[in-house]
Amino acid sequence: MSLDVAAPSPLTRASTFLYLRPRLVLTLLLLPPLLWLGIVYLGSLFALLAQSFFYIDDFSGLTVYQPTLRTYGELFTPANLTIILRTVMMAATVTVVCGTIAFPLAYYMARYAGTKAKAIFYLAVMLPLWSNYLVRVYAWKLILAKEGAISWIFQQLHLSWLLDGVLSIPVVGGPSLSSSYLGTGIVFVYIWLPYMILPVEAALERVPRSLLEASADLGARPKETLRKVIFPLAIPGIAAGSIFTFSLTLGDYIIPNLVGSSRPFIGQVVYGLQGTAGNLPLAAAFAMVPVLVMAGYLTLAKRFGAFDAL
Amino acid sequence: MTKASASAVSFRQVSRHYGEVRAADNISFDIEDGEFFSMLGPSGSGKTTCLRLIAGFEQPTSGEILIHGKSVAGVPPYERDVNTVFQDYALFPHMNVADNVAYGPMIRGEPKAQRLREAEEMLRMVALAGLGARKPSQLSGGQRQRVALARALINKPSLLLLDEPLGALDLKLREQMQVELKAIQRRVGITFIYVTHDQGEALGMSDRVAVFNKGHIEQIGSPADVYEHPASAFVAGFVGVSNILTGPAAQSIAGAPAAFSIRPEKITLIMGGEEMPPAGACLARGKIESLLYLGSSTRFNVTLEGGGELTVIEQNRAGGARGGAEMQGRPVLLWWRKDHMQSMAEAAPA
Repeated sequence: MSLDVAAPSPLTRASTFLYLRPRLVLTLLLLPPLLWLGIVYLGSLFALLAQSFFYIDDFSGLTVYQPTLRTYGELFTPANLTIILRTVMMAATVTVVCGTIAFPLAYYMARYAGTKAKAIFYLAVMLPLWSNYLVRVYAWKLILAKEGAISWIFQQLHLSWLLDGVLSIPVVGGPSLSSSYLGTGIVFVYIWLPYMILPVEAALERVPRSLLEASADLGARPKETLRKVIFPLAIPGIAAGSIFTFSLTLGDYIIPNLVGSSRPFIGQVVYGLQGTAGNLPLAAAFAMVPVLVMAGYLTLAKRFGAFDAL
Repeated sequence: MTKASASAVSFRQVSRHYGEVRAADNISFDIEDGEFFSMLGPSGSGKTTCLRLIAGFEQPTSGEILIHGKSVAGVPPYERDVNTVFQDYALFPHMNVADNVAYGPMIRGEPKAQRLREAEEMLRMVALAGLGARKPSQLSGGQRQRVALARALINKPSLLLLDEPLGALDLKLREQMQVELKAIQRRVGITFIYVTHDQGEALGMSDRVAVFNKGHIEQIGSPADVYEHPASAFVAGFVGVSNILTGPAAQSIAGAPAAFSIRPEKITLIMGGEEMPPAGACLARGKIESLLYLGSSTRFNVTLEGGGELTVIEQNRAGGARGGAEMQGRPVLLWWRKDHMQSMAEAAPA
């Protein structure tokens, strides 16, 4: 029963060497992602932050690399504050609408759909993500246009007055769906909906059936079970989904560019400032706004216990 | 609301089918008020289905269930005066222990202070006083089990259903909880319906036991009744260890080919030199095939001269086992009292 029958191969020896040094293995495994996270990811974020504390010399148009709050002074003008408010309102609305649409769908997927139906639902939710984002937004531009599919349907149903009525609502409306906030919102909801459905579905799926039975057993009607058990346990999923929908809407510049009124969102402003205007410091300062808004949003969510059940 | 005359639960030809599978097949039985009633059987025997039918999580495919004399057809769980302790406890993870226990009163709209006071009282009853602020995830398995019990009992149900509540606990804790459960049942005086696959639990706690097999009930009776007089080969085999002799082996011992069962601890093993069996006892000759020392007892497997095999369990009263490996192949004489033999309705064990 001697073990040293043959000399171990170099590969075996290397395995043994690593097996006996778990810390070394961990270091080797974590080094690349940590480098990526530390330098490329966080580094660029800090570069952005640093950039926002420089300013553009008005005469030469060159960036002056001196720490100053001048750029932030420029940022907080009434016109810019309106842009920020507009973007945040849109992001909040899109998040609420996404959550409202996603919850019943996710609930059905998690609770009632069989294996096959669930696969079909997953496919249906993910399928739009397989096609090009620009193509989908352009498609919506056509659907929402004055001569597009939606106004045609309303016409056929003799409900054009309804569409016109909706479009005549101040702020939200406009000459057509494709040139109104309403249209922008619809496309945002369409594009980000999967990012809400998937985490909510995952959260609901983790709720064991016995919890719902226990709730009913203790006298709770389905409505009370929804309010006291299902919803609180879905909140981490809703919070995760809302982080996606909220932050993605805050930063997007393509959808409001293609669909909607010409009044700009943060993303468009950043795009314009760093491109044609060449005002990188102000672009950076603008880009810090979604970061801060998200930080505030997460703090608020945590305060309300959104992550307690995690 | 309870009528003294009516049974706590009555099953009238109840069936529950899932497609082709007959989880419960034409079952009828009654559970008396205040009884500790166990439903014992292997997994898939229909015992849990019956429990879920009583709780209202399932509706029967056919037949009728009465709770305190009233049909509960179409009555949802939240309108039944029945509470359940779930196998996985099903404690709400987002609530602390006190809120879990106070869930029923909260749903009924009791003011917060009052229901938390009640919850604290219930927690004291299950020996968990002062743990109300903890989350279920911070408790041990045995503690969670007690919380689940308190959460059910706070509603003062007329029936308490327990679905293998001790299944996830280790042996020592299980034995301790058995004693406590029985004590709590005596104190609160309500009907307990207990589902288990563990015959020890069923025999130890119950007033009556129903033995389930393949969607129907094999036997209902007191624990002693079920153990001493098993109605079928299945019951004899499932409840405790049993020897079942059939055909020629039965013929050579009992004088008739009818199958019978005999419990291993009822058999006396004589190796020669000891006292002779009393007159009128059943005798069988054989030789020791193998033996297993179990600490408090020794288990012998004896092949009989007339064919067949008997398991004999002998208490090690004298200290130490009788012999060791050298005992194998030794001829022995076995005897037992005739009235300990139980003739079987079925010919072959399940």
